[in-house]
Amino acid sequence: MPITVQIPTALRRHTAGVGSITCAASNLTELFSVLDEKFPELKPHLRDDKGQIRRFLNIYVNEEDIRFLGGQTYAFQEGDEVLLVPSIAGGVE
Amino acid sequence: MSHYELRCRECGRTWGNQPRSICDECFSPLEVAYDYDALRTQVVEGTFSRERISQRAPNMWRYSELLPLPQSFTPRLPVGFTPLFNAPHLAQKLSGTAVAGNLYIKNDAVCMPTLSFKDRVVAVALSQARAFGFDTVSCSSTGNLANAVAAHAAREGLKAWIFIPSDLEPAKILGTNVFGAKVVRIAGNYDQVNRLCSQIADEHRWGFVNVNLRPYYAEGSKTVGFEIAEQLGWRLPDNIVCPMAGGSLITKIKKAFDELIKLGLVEPKEVKFFGAQATGCSPISTAVKTGSSEIEPQKPNTIARSLAIGNPADGHYALKTIKNSGGWSEDVSDPEVVDSIRLLAEAEGIFTETAGGVTVGCAGKLYRQDRILPDETTVLCITGNGLKTTDVLAGVYKTERPIAPKLTEFEAYLQQTLDVDEVPGVVAAAQEAAEVGA
Repeated sequence: MPITVQIPTALRRHTAGVGSITCAASNLTELFSVLDEKFPELKPHLRDDKGQIRRFLNIYVNEEDIRFLGGQTYAFQEGDEVLLVPSIAGGVE
Repeated sequence: MSHYELRCRECGRTWGNQPRSICDECFSPLEVAYDYDALRTQVVEGTFSRERISQRAPNMWRYSELLPLPQSFTPRLPVGFTPLFNAPHLAQKLSGTAVAGNLYIKNDAVCMPTLSFKDRVVAVALSQARAFGFDTVSCSSTGNLANAVAAHAAREGLKAWIFIPSDLEPAKILGTNVFGAKVVRIAGNYDQVNRLCSQIADEHRWGFVNVNLRPYYAEGSKTVGFEIAEQLGWRLPDNIVCPMAGGSLITKIKKAFDELIKLGLVEPKEVKFFGAQATGCSPISTAVKTGSSEIEPQKPNTIARSLAIGNPADGHYALKTIKNSGGWSEDVSDPEVVDSIRLLAEAEGIFTETAGGVTVGCAGKLYRQDRILPDETTVLCITGNGLKTTDVLAGVYKTERPIAPKLTEFEAYLQQTLDVDEVPGVVAAAQEAAEVGA
Protein backbone atom coordinates (compact mmCIF):
# COMPACT_ATOMS: atom_id res chain seq x y z
CA MET A 1 0.00 0.00 0.00
CA PRO A 2 2.13 2.96 -1.17
CA ILE A 3 1.82 6.03 1.03
CA THR A 4 3.88 9.20 1.29
CA VAL A 5 5.42 10.37 4.55
CA GLN A 6 6.53 14.00 5.05
CA ILE A 7 9.28 14.54 7.60
CA PRO A 8 9.61 17.96 9.26
CA THR A 9 12.87 19.92 9.19
CA ALA A 10 13.41 19.35 12.92
CA LEU A 11 13.83 15.63 12.25
CA ARG A 12 15.68 15.70 8.96
CA ARG A 13 19.11 15.61 10.51
CA HIS A 14 18.19 12.07 11.56
CA THR A 15 17.20 11.18 7.99
CA ALA A 16 20.29 12.52 6.22
CA GLY A 17 18.21 15.43 5.02
CA VAL A 18 15.45 13.33 3.48
CA GLY A 19 12.15 15.25 3.74
CA SER A 20 9.77 12.79 2.15
CA ILE A 21 9.59 9.08 1.46
CA THR A 22 7.15 6.80 -0.30
CA CYS A 23 6.73 3.42 1.30
CA ALA A 24 4.34 0.53 1.77
CA ALA A 25 2.65 0.24 5.16
CA SER A 26 -0.85 -0.78 6.06
CA ASN A 27 -1.01 0.86 9.50
CA LEU A 28 0.95 3.04 11.92
CA THR A 29 2.86 0.13 13.46
CA GLU A 30 4.08 -0.97 10.05
CA LEU A 31 4.94 2.60 9.13
CA PHE A 32 7.12 2.95 12.21
CA SER A 33 8.85 -0.34 11.36
CA VAL A 34 9.64 1.00 7.90
CA LEU A 35 10.98 4.26 9.34
CA ASP A 36 13.00 2.41 11.98
CA GLU A 37 14.66 0.34 9.32
CA LYS A 38 15.28 3.18 6.93
CA PHE A 39 16.34 5.77 9.53
CA PRO A 40 17.55 4.04 12.71
CA GLU A 41 18.54 7.38 14.26
CA LEU A 42 15.00 8.63 13.97
CA LYS A 43 13.49 5.94 16.16
CA PRO A 44 14.04 7.47 19.62
CA HIS A 45 12.61 10.77 18.39
CA LEU A 46 9.30 9.23 17.39
CA ARG A 47 8.68 6.90 20.31
CA ASP A 48 9.64 6.88 23.97
CA ASP A 49 11.37 4.10 25.92
CA LYS A 50 8.09 2.22 26.23
CA GLY A 51 7.41 2.34 22.52
CA GLN A 52 4.62 4.92 22.85
CA ILE A 53 4.36 7.69 20.26
CA ARG A 54 6.01 10.76 21.74
CA ARG A 55 3.57 13.17 23.36
CA PHE A 56 4.75 16.13 21.32
CA LEU A 57 4.53 14.40 17.95
CA ASN A 58 1.30 14.79 15.99
CA ILE A 59 0.55 12.51 13.06
CA TYR A 60 -1.83 13.58 10.32
CA VAL A 61 -3.25 11.61 7.42
CA ASN A 62 -4.41 13.81 4.55
CA GLU A 63 -4.68 16.80 6.90
CA GLU A 64 -6.65 14.88 9.55
CA ASP A 65 -5.23 14.05 12.98
CA ILE A 66 -4.82 10.27 12.96
CA ARG A 67 -6.40 10.09 16.42
CA PHE A 68 -9.72 11.05 14.81
CA LEU A 69 -9.30 8.20 12.30
CA GLY A 70 -8.76 5.47 14.86
CA GLY A 71 -5.08 6.04 15.64
CA GLN A 72 -3.15 2.77 15.64
CA THR A 73 -6.12 0.92 14.15
CA TYR A 74 -6.40 3.15 11.08
CA ALA A 75 -5.71 1.22 7.85
CA PHE A 76 -3.76 3.34 5.38
CA GLN A 77 -5.37 3.81 1.98
CA GLU A 78 -3.38 3.90 -1.22
CA GLY A 79 -1.98 7.38 -1.79
CA ASP A 80 -2.42 8.57 1.79
CA GLU A 81 -0.13 11.46 2.70
CA VAL A 82 1.18 11.18 6.24
CA LEU A 83 2.53 14.27 8.01
CA LEU A 84 4.71 14.17 11.10
CA VAL A 85 4.28 17.54 12.81
CA PRO A 86 5.80 18.63 16.09
CA SER A 87 3.28 19.85 18.66
CA ILE A 88 4.33 23.33 19.71
CA ALA A 89 4.00 23.62 23.46
CA GLY A 90 5.41 26.23 25.79
CA GLY A 91 6.30 24.37 28.93
CA VAL A 92 6.38 25.40 32.56
CA GLU A 93 8.82 25.15 35.42
CA MET B 1 25.42 37.96 27.56
CA SER B 2 21.75 37.63 28.11
CA HIS B 3 20.19 36.78 31.49
CA TYR B 4 17.95 34.17 29.86
CA GLU B 5 18.13 31.40 27.29
CA LEU B 6 16.09 28.58 25.81
CA ARG B 7 16.18 25.25 27.60
CA CYS B 8 14.53 21.95 26.80
CA ARG B 9 11.89 21.22 29.35
CA GLU B 10 12.40 17.46 29.17
CA CYS B 11 16.12 16.79 28.57
CA GLY B 12 17.51 20.09 29.88
CA ARG B 13 19.68 20.90 26.87
CA THR B 14 20.20 24.63 26.43
CA TRP B 15 19.84 26.33 23.07
CA GLY B 16 20.92 29.92 23.65
CA ASN B 17 18.55 32.41 22.06
CA GLN B 18 17.18 31.67 18.61
CA PRO B 19 13.82 31.32 16.84
CA ARG B 20 13.12 27.76 17.83
CA SER B 21 10.48 26.03 19.92
CA ILE B 22 11.52 22.38 19.78
CA CYS B 23 14.52 20.52 21.10
CA ASP B 24 16.12 18.63 18.23
CA GLU B 25 17.48 16.10 20.69
CA CYS B 26 14.22 14.87 22.15
CA PHE B 27 11.53 16.73 20.19
CA SER B 28 10.19 18.31 23.39
CA PRO B 29 9.17 21.95 23.89
CA LEU B 30 11.65 24.65 24.83
CA GLU B 31 11.07 27.26 27.47
CA VAL B 32 12.90 30.35 28.64
CA ALA B 33 15.13 29.84 31.68
CA TYR B 34 16.52 32.78 33.68
CA ASP B 35 19.50 33.37 35.88
CA TYR B 36 17.49 33.54 39.09
CA ASP B 37 20.56 33.93 41.30
CA ALA B 38 21.44 37.15 39.53
CA LEU B 39 17.84 38.34 39.77
CA ARG B 40 17.71 37.54 43.48
CA THR B 41 20.77 39.74 43.96
CA GLN B 42 18.99 42.56 42.17
CA VAL B 43 16.01 42.15 44.49
CA VAL B 44 18.27 42.26 47.56
CA GLU B 45 20.23 45.26 46.26
CA GLY B 46 16.99 47.09 45.57
CA THR B 47 17.26 47.47 41.79
CA PHE B 48 14.39 45.01 41.30
CA SER B 49 12.56 45.41 44.60
CA ARG B 50 8.82 45.86 45.15
CA GLU B 51 9.39 49.55 45.76
CA ARG B 52 11.43 50.01 42.60
CA ILE B 53 8.89 48.13 40.49
CA SER B 54 6.02 50.18 41.88
CA GLN B 55 7.79 53.40 40.82
CA ARG B 56 7.97 52.29 37.20
CA ALA B 57 5.46 53.17 34.47
CA PRO B 58 2.13 51.33 34.78
CA ASN B 59 2.58 48.76 32.03
CA MET B 60 3.90 45.22 31.70
CA TRP B 61 7.45 46.40 31.00
CA ARG B 62 7.83 47.13 34.72
CA TYR B 63 8.68 43.42 35.06
CA SER B 64 11.29 43.46 32.27
CA GLU B 65 13.84 41.59 34.37
CA LEU B 66 11.52 38.56 34.26
CA LEU B 67 10.85 38.79 30.52
CA PRO B 68 13.04 37.59 27.64
CA LEU B 69 13.68 40.97 26.03
CA PRO B 70 16.65 41.78 23.78
CA GLN B 71 19.15 44.17 25.35
CA SER B 72 18.53 46.78 22.68
CA PHE B 73 14.76 46.66 23.16
CA THR B 74 12.86 49.86 23.91
CA PRO B 75 9.12 49.44 24.55
CA ARG B 76 6.97 51.43 22.15
CA LEU B 77 3.54 50.58 23.53
CA PRO B 78 2.23 50.71 27.12
CA VAL B 79 0.85 47.18 27.10
CA GLY B 80 -0.74 45.61 30.17
CA PHE B 81 -1.19 46.74 33.76
CA THR B 82 -4.90 46.35 33.27
CA PRO B 83 -7.28 46.98 36.19
CA LEU B 84 -7.77 44.43 38.95
CA PHE B 85 -10.85 45.24 40.95
CA ASN B 86 -13.25 43.87 43.46
CA ALA B 87 -16.49 42.38 42.08
CA PRO B 88 -18.95 42.36 45.02
CA HIS B 89 -22.15 42.14 42.98
CA LEU B 90 -20.83 39.27 40.87
CA ALA B 91 -19.61 37.53 44.04
CA GLN B 92 -23.12 37.79 45.46
CA LYS B 93 -24.62 36.34 42.29
CA LEU B 94 -22.09 33.53 41.90
CA SER B 95 -21.66 32.41 45.47
CA GLY B 96 -25.10 33.33 46.77
CA THR B 97 -23.67 34.63 50.00
CA ALA B 98 -23.07 38.00 51.54
CA VAL B 99 -19.29 37.56 51.62
CA ALA B 100 -18.59 39.75 48.67
CA GLY B 101 -15.17 41.29 49.23
CA ASN B 102 -13.03 38.43 48.00
CA LEU B 103 -13.80 38.11 44.32
CA TYR B 104 -11.66 40.06 41.85
CA ILE B 105 -11.73 40.61 38.12
CA LYS B 106 -8.46 40.97 36.21
CA ASN B 107 -9.75 42.91 33.26
CA ASP B 108 -7.69 42.33 30.13
CA ALA B 109 -10.75 43.29 28.09
CA VAL B 110 -9.10 46.71 28.17
CA CYS B 111 -5.52 45.66 27.44
CA MET B 112 -3.66 48.00 25.07
CA PRO B 113 -3.76 48.15 22.09
CA THR B 114 -6.21 45.47 20.87
CA LEU B 115 -8.32 44.71 23.94
CA SER B 116 -7.17 41.23 24.86
CA PHE B 117 -4.37 39.59 26.86
CA LYS B 118 -2.77 38.56 23.58
CA ASP B 119 -1.20 42.01 23.41
CA ARG B 120 1.10 40.88 26.20
CA VAL B 121 2.45 37.80 24.44
CA VAL B 122 2.80 39.51 21.08
CA ALA B 123 4.66 42.44 22.62
CA VAL B 124 7.35 40.04 23.87
CA ALA B 125 7.40 37.89 20.72
CA LEU B 126 7.84 40.88 18.42
CA SER B 127 10.68 42.30 20.49
CA GLN B 128 12.52 39.09 19.63
CA ALA B 129 11.29 38.97 16.03
CA ARG B 130 13.08 42.22 15.35
CA ALA B 131 16.22 41.10 17.18
CA PHE B 132 16.32 37.89 15.12
CA GLY B 133 16.08 39.92 11.93
CA PHE B 134 12.63 38.88 10.71
CA ASP B 135 10.88 41.36 8.44
CA THR B 136 7.64 39.36 8.45
CA VAL B 137 5.73 38.08 11.46
CA SER B 138 2.91 35.61 11.40
CA CYS B 139 0.54 33.53 13.48
CA SER B 140 -2.31 31.07 13.49
CA SER B 141 -5.12 32.57 15.48
CA THR B 142 -8.65 32.27 16.76
CA GLY B 143 -8.94 36.05 16.49
CA ASN B 144 -7.47 37.95 19.41
CA LEU B 145 -3.92 36.93 18.54
CA ALA B 146 -4.57 37.97 14.94
CA ASN B 147 -5.61 41.44 16.11
CA ALA B 148 -2.59 41.75 18.37
CA VAL B 149 0.01 40.57 15.84
CA ALA B 150 -1.45 42.86 13.16
CA ALA B 151 -1.47 45.92 15.41
CA HIS B 152 1.96 45.41 16.96
CA ALA B 153 3.46 44.63 13.55
CA ALA B 154 2.07 47.91 12.22
CA ARG B 155 3.59 49.75 15.16
CA GLU B 156 6.95 48.01 14.69
CA GLY B 157 7.01 48.43 10.91
CA LEU B 158 6.94 44.69 10.24
CA LYS B 159 4.89 42.85 7.63
CA ALA B 160 2.21 40.54 9.03
CA TRP B 161 0.68 37.38 7.59
CA ILE B 162 -2.23 36.13 9.66
CA PHE B 163 -3.83 32.69 9.30
CA ILE B 164 -7.34 32.23 10.67
CA PRO B 165 -10.20 29.74 10.49
CA SER B 166 -12.67 31.12 7.93
CA ASP B 167 -15.61 31.17 10.38
CA LEU B 168 -14.15 33.73 12.78
CA GLU B 169 -16.29 36.55 14.13
CA PRO B 170 -16.46 39.43 11.59
CA ALA B 171 -15.20 41.95 14.16
CA LYS B 172 -12.04 39.92 14.70
CA ILE B 173 -11.37 39.67 10.97
CA LEU B 174 -12.02 43.38 10.45
CA GLY B 175 -9.89 44.13 13.51
CA THR B 176 -7.01 42.40 11.74
CA ASN B 177 -7.59 43.80 8.24
CA VAL B 178 -7.59 47.37 9.52
CA PHE B 179 -3.92 47.24 10.51
CA GLY B 180 -2.90 46.36 6.96
CA ALA B 181 -2.07 42.74 7.69
CA LYS B 182 -2.40 40.05 5.04
CA VAL B 183 -5.21 37.83 6.28
CA VAL B 184 -5.35 34.26 4.99
CA ARG B 185 -8.66 32.54 5.72
CA ILE B 186 -8.39 28.77 5.93
CA ALA B 187 -11.35 26.50 5.29
CA GLY B 188 -10.82 24.52 8.46
CA ASN B 189 -10.74 24.76 12.24
CA TYR B 190 -7.97 26.29 14.34
CA ASP B 191 -6.15 23.01 14.78
CA GLN B 192 -5.90 22.64 11.02
CA VAL B 193 -4.72 26.24 10.67
CA ASN B 194 -2.11 25.65 13.34
CA ARG B 195 -0.85 22.50 11.69
CA LEU B 196 -0.54 24.33 8.39
CA CYS B 197 1.42 27.11 10.10
CA SER B 198 3.88 24.58 11.51
CA GLN B 199 4.47 23.43 7.94
CA ILE B 200 4.77 26.99 6.60
CA ALA B 201 7.22 27.87 9.38
CA ASP B 202 9.33 24.97 8.14
CA GLU B 203 9.52 26.49 4.67
CA HIS B 204 9.53 30.28 5.13
CA ARG B 205 11.82 32.44 7.22
CA TRP B 206 9.04 34.22 9.05
CA GLY B 207 8.65 34.91 12.73
CA PHE B 208 5.62 32.88 13.72
CA VAL B 209 4.80 34.17 17.18
CA ASN B 210 3.18 30.92 18.25
CA VAL B 211 5.49 28.53 16.40
CA ASN B 212 9.20 29.40 16.20
CA LEU B 213 8.90 32.37 18.62
CA ARG B 214 6.58 30.52 20.98
CA PRO B 215 8.93 30.15 23.98
CA TYR B 216 9.39 33.95 24.08
CA TYR B 217 5.77 34.69 23.26
CA ALA B 218 4.49 32.49 26.07
CA GLU B 219 6.55 34.39 28.65
CA GLY B 220 4.42 37.50 28.03
CA SER B 221 1.50 35.74 29.71
CA LYS B 222 3.39 35.80 33.00
CA THR B 223 2.74 39.52 33.31
CA VAL B 224 -0.92 38.75 34.11
CA GLY B 225 0.35 36.88 37.17
CA PHE B 226 2.89 39.54 38.17
CA GLU B 227 0.21 42.23 37.99
CA ILE B 228 -2.33 40.23 39.98
CA ALA B 229 0.22 39.77 42.78
CA GLU B 230 1.29 43.40 42.81
CA GLN B 231 -2.27 44.74 42.57
CA LEU B 232 -3.33 42.56 45.50
CA GLY B 233 -0.63 44.31 47.54
CA TRP B 234 2.21 41.91 46.76
CA ARG B 235 0.37 38.82 47.85
CA LEU B 236 -1.00 35.82 46.00
CA PRO B 237 -4.70 34.94 45.80
CA ASP B 238 -6.16 31.64 47.00
CA ASN B 239 -7.65 30.80 43.60
CA ILE B 240 -7.22 31.69 39.94
CA VAL B 241 -9.96 30.95 37.42
CA CYS B 242 -8.56 31.08 33.92
CA PRO B 243 -10.00 30.35 30.47
CA MET B 244 -8.14 27.67 28.52
CA ALA B 245 -7.66 27.40 24.78
CA GLY B 246 -4.13 26.13 24.08
CA GLY B 247 -3.63 25.96 27.84
CA SER B 248 -0.61 28.28 27.99
CA LEU B 249 -1.96 31.20 30.07
CA ILE B 250 -2.81 29.14 33.16
CA THR B 251 0.66 27.56 33.20
CA LYS B 252 2.36 30.92 32.79
CA ILE B 253 0.41 32.56 35.62
CA LYS B 254 1.62 29.67 37.74
CA LYS B 255 5.19 30.26 36.54
CA ALA B 256 4.84 33.97 37.38
CA PHE B 257 3.74 33.22 40.94
CA ASP B 258 6.55 30.69 41.36
CA GLU B 259 9.10 33.25 40.18
CA LEU B 260 7.83 35.93 42.56
CA ILE B 261 8.11 33.44 45.42
CA LYS B 262 11.56 32.32 44.28
CA LEU B 263 12.78 35.93 44.27
CA GLY B 264 11.19 36.75 47.62
CA LEU B 265 8.86 39.36 46.13
CA VAL B 266 5.79 37.63 47.65
CA GLU B 267 5.29 35.24 50.53
CA PRO B 268 5.04 31.58 49.48
CA LYS B 269 1.48 30.36 49.03
CA GLU B 270 -0.24 27.38 47.44
CA VAL B 271 -2.56 28.89 44.85
CA LYS B 272 -5.26 26.68 43.37
CA PHE B 273 -5.63 26.91 39.60
CA PHE B 274 -9.04 26.39 38.01
CA GLY B 275 -9.42 26.03 34.26
CA ALA B 276 -12.49 27.10 32.29
CA GLN B 277 -13.58 25.73 28.92
CA ALA B 278 -16.66 25.64 26.73
CA THR B 279 -18.37 22.23 26.79
CA GLY B 280 -18.23 22.19 22.98
CA CYS B 281 -14.44 22.26 23.14
CA SER B 282 -13.28 20.89 26.46
CA PRO B 283 -10.30 18.55 25.99
CA ILE B 284 -8.51 19.81 29.09
CA SER B 285 -11.49 19.97 31.45
CA THR B 286 -12.56 16.52 30.26
CA ALA B 287 -9.14 15.14 31.17
CA VAL B 288 -9.34 16.80 34.61
CA LYS B 289 -12.83 15.46 35.27
CA THR B 290 -12.09 11.93 34.11
CA GLY B 291 -8.74 11.78 35.90
CA SER B 292 -6.91 11.11 32.65
CA SER B 293 -3.25 12.01 32.34
CA GLU B 294 -3.58 12.42 28.56
CA ILE B 295 -5.47 14.97 26.51
CA GLU B 296 -7.82 13.47 23.93
CA PRO B 297 -8.26 15.90 21.04
CA GLN B 298 -11.79 17.08 20.17
CA LYS B 299 -13.51 18.64 17.18
CA PRO B 300 -14.56 22.08 18.47
CA ASN B 301 -18.21 23.08 18.35
CA THR B 302 -18.84 26.19 20.42
CA ILE B 303 -19.63 29.89 20.10
CA ALA B 304 -16.53 30.53 22.23
CA ARG B 305 -14.35 30.57 19.15
CA SER B 306 -11.38 32.14 20.87
CA LEU B 307 -11.20 28.98 23.01
CA ALA B 308 -11.97 26.56 20.18
CA ILE B 309 -8.72 24.62 20.16
CA GLY B 310 -9.41 20.90 20.12
CA ASN B 311 -5.77 19.82 20.32
CA PRO B 312 -4.30 22.20 22.91
CA ALA B 313 -0.52 22.55 22.55
CA ASP B 314 -0.03 23.18 26.26
CA GLY B 315 -2.90 20.96 27.38
CA HIS B 316 -0.57 18.49 29.03
CA TYR B 317 1.07 21.21 31.12
CA ALA B 318 -2.24 22.94 31.92
CA LEU B 319 -3.55 19.62 33.20
CA LYS B 320 -0.49 19.17 35.42
CA THR B 321 -0.73 22.73 36.73
CA ILE B 322 -4.37 22.25 37.70
CA LYS B 323 -3.90 18.81 39.26
CA ASN B 324 -0.74 19.66 41.17
CA SER B 325 -2.33 22.79 42.63
CA GLY B 326 -5.39 20.97 43.96
CA GLY B 327 -7.61 22.88 41.54
CA TRP B 328 -10.21 21.68 39.10
CA SER B 329 -11.65 22.44 35.68
CA GLU B 330 -15.19 23.06 34.55
CA ASP B 331 -16.96 23.72 31.28
CA VAL B 332 -20.18 25.48 30.31
CA SER B 333 -22.67 25.24 27.45
CA ASP B 334 -23.12 27.96 24.83
CA PRO B 335 -26.37 29.30 26.42
CA GLU B 336 -24.52 29.49 29.74
CA VAL B 337 -21.74 31.47 28.02
CA VAL B 338 -24.26 34.06 26.80
CA ASP B 339 -25.98 34.23 30.21
CA SER B 340 -22.62 34.71 31.89
CA ILE B 341 -21.58 37.52 29.52
CA ARG B 342 -24.81 39.29 30.50
CA LEU B 343 -24.33 38.52 34.18
CA LEU B 344 -20.85 40.08 34.29
CA ALA B 345 -22.05 43.10 32.35
CA GLU B 346 -25.12 43.67 34.53
CA ALA B 347 -23.33 42.94 37.82
CA GLU B 348 -20.05 44.78 37.29
CA GLY B 349 -20.23 46.85 34.12
CA ILE B 350 -17.71 44.71 32.23
CA PHE B 351 -18.52 43.63 28.69
CA THR B 352 -16.44 40.56 27.95
CA GLU B 353 -16.25 38.29 24.95
CA THR B 354 -17.33 34.66 24.91
CA ALA B 355 -14.14 33.47 26.65
CA GLY B 356 -15.01 35.73 29.59
CA GLY B 357 -18.49 34.25 29.62
CA VAL B 358 -16.88 30.83 29.87
CA THR B 359 -14.75 31.97 32.81
CA VAL B 360 -17.64 33.54 34.71
CA GLY B 361 -19.94 30.58 34.03
CA CYS B 362 -17.34 28.09 35.21
CA ALA B 363 -16.60 30.19 38.30
CA GLY B 364 -20.30 29.98 39.21
CA LYS B 365 -20.16 26.20 38.94
CA LEU B 366 -17.02 26.05 41.07
CA TYR B 367 -18.68 28.15 43.79
CA ARG B 368 -21.77 25.95 43.72
CA GLN B 369 -19.59 22.85 43.99
CA ASP B 370 -17.79 24.39 47.01
CA ARG B 371 -14.50 23.96 45.19
CA ILE B 372 -14.12 27.73 45.60
CA LEU B 373 -15.30 29.12 48.93
CA PRO B 374 -16.76 32.62 49.33
CA ASP B 375 -14.22 33.72 51.93
CA GLU B 376 -11.25 32.83 49.71
CA THR B 377 -9.53 35.45 47.56
CA THR B 378 -10.37 34.50 44.00
CA VAL B 379 -9.34 36.17 40.75
CA LEU B 380 -11.21 35.64 37.50
CA CYS B 381 -9.09 36.27 34.40
CA ILE B 382 -11.17 38.15 31.85
CA THR B 383 -9.06 37.99 28.74
CA GLY B 384 -11.04 39.61 25.94
CA ASN B 385 -13.55 42.31 25.01
CA GLY B 386 -17.24 41.80 24.27
CA LEU B 387 -17.27 44.28 21.42
CA LYS B 388 -15.42 41.67 19.34
CA THR B 389 -18.08 38.97 19.72
CA THR B 390 -21.35 40.88 19.61
CA ASP B 391 -22.76 38.33 17.15
CA VAL B 392 -23.45 35.89 20.00
CA LEU B 393 -25.87 38.42 21.50
CA ALA B 394 -27.80 38.83 18.25
CA GLY B 395 -31.49 38.37 19.00
CA VAL B 396 -31.05 38.61 22.77
CA TYR B 397 -32.22 42.22 22.84
CA LYS B 398 -35.13 43.26 20.66
CA THR B 399 -34.99 46.53 18.77
CA GLU B 400 -37.50 48.90 20.34
CA ARG B 401 -40.11 50.76 18.30
CA PRO B 402 -39.08 54.44 18.08
CA ILE B 403 -41.41 56.96 19.70
CA ALA B 404 -42.10 60.59 18.81
CA PRO B 405 -40.03 63.21 20.68
CA LYS B 406 -43.00 64.23 22.89
CA LEU B 407 -43.38 63.92 26.65
CA THR B 408 -46.89 62.50 26.27
CA GLU B 409 -45.54 59.81 23.96
CA PHE B 410 -42.91 58.90 26.48
CA GLU B 411 -45.44 58.76 29.34
CA ALA B 412 -47.63 56.46 27.26
CA TYR B 413 -44.61 54.33 26.43
CA LEU B 414 -43.71 54.15 30.10
CA GLN B 415 -47.19 52.99 31.03
CA GLN B 416 -47.12 50.33 28.33
CA THR B 417 -43.69 48.91 28.87
CA LEU B 418 -42.82 49.21 32.53
CA ASP B 419 -44.26 48.37 35.85
CA VAL B 420 -44.43 52.02 36.95
CA ASP B 421 -44.43 51.08 40.63
CA GLU B 422 -40.77 50.10 40.16
CA VAL B 423 -39.69 53.41 38.65
CA PRO B 424 -38.46 55.63 41.52
CA GLY B 425 -39.10 58.92 39.74
CA VAL B 426 -42.68 57.98 38.93
CA VAL B 427 -43.32 56.82 42.48
CA ALA B 428 -41.89 60.05 43.91
CA ALA B 429 -43.95 62.19 41.52
CA ALA B 430 -47.11 60.31 42.46
CA GLN B 431 -46.39 60.82 46.16
CA GLU B 432 -45.73 64.52 45.61
CA ALA B 433 -48.98 64.89 43.70
CA ALA B 434 -50.87 63.12 46.50
CA GLU B 435 -49.30 65.40 49.13
CA VAL B 436 -50.12 68.56 47.17
CA GLY B 437 -53.66 67.30 46.76
CA ALA B 438 -53.94 66.69 50.51
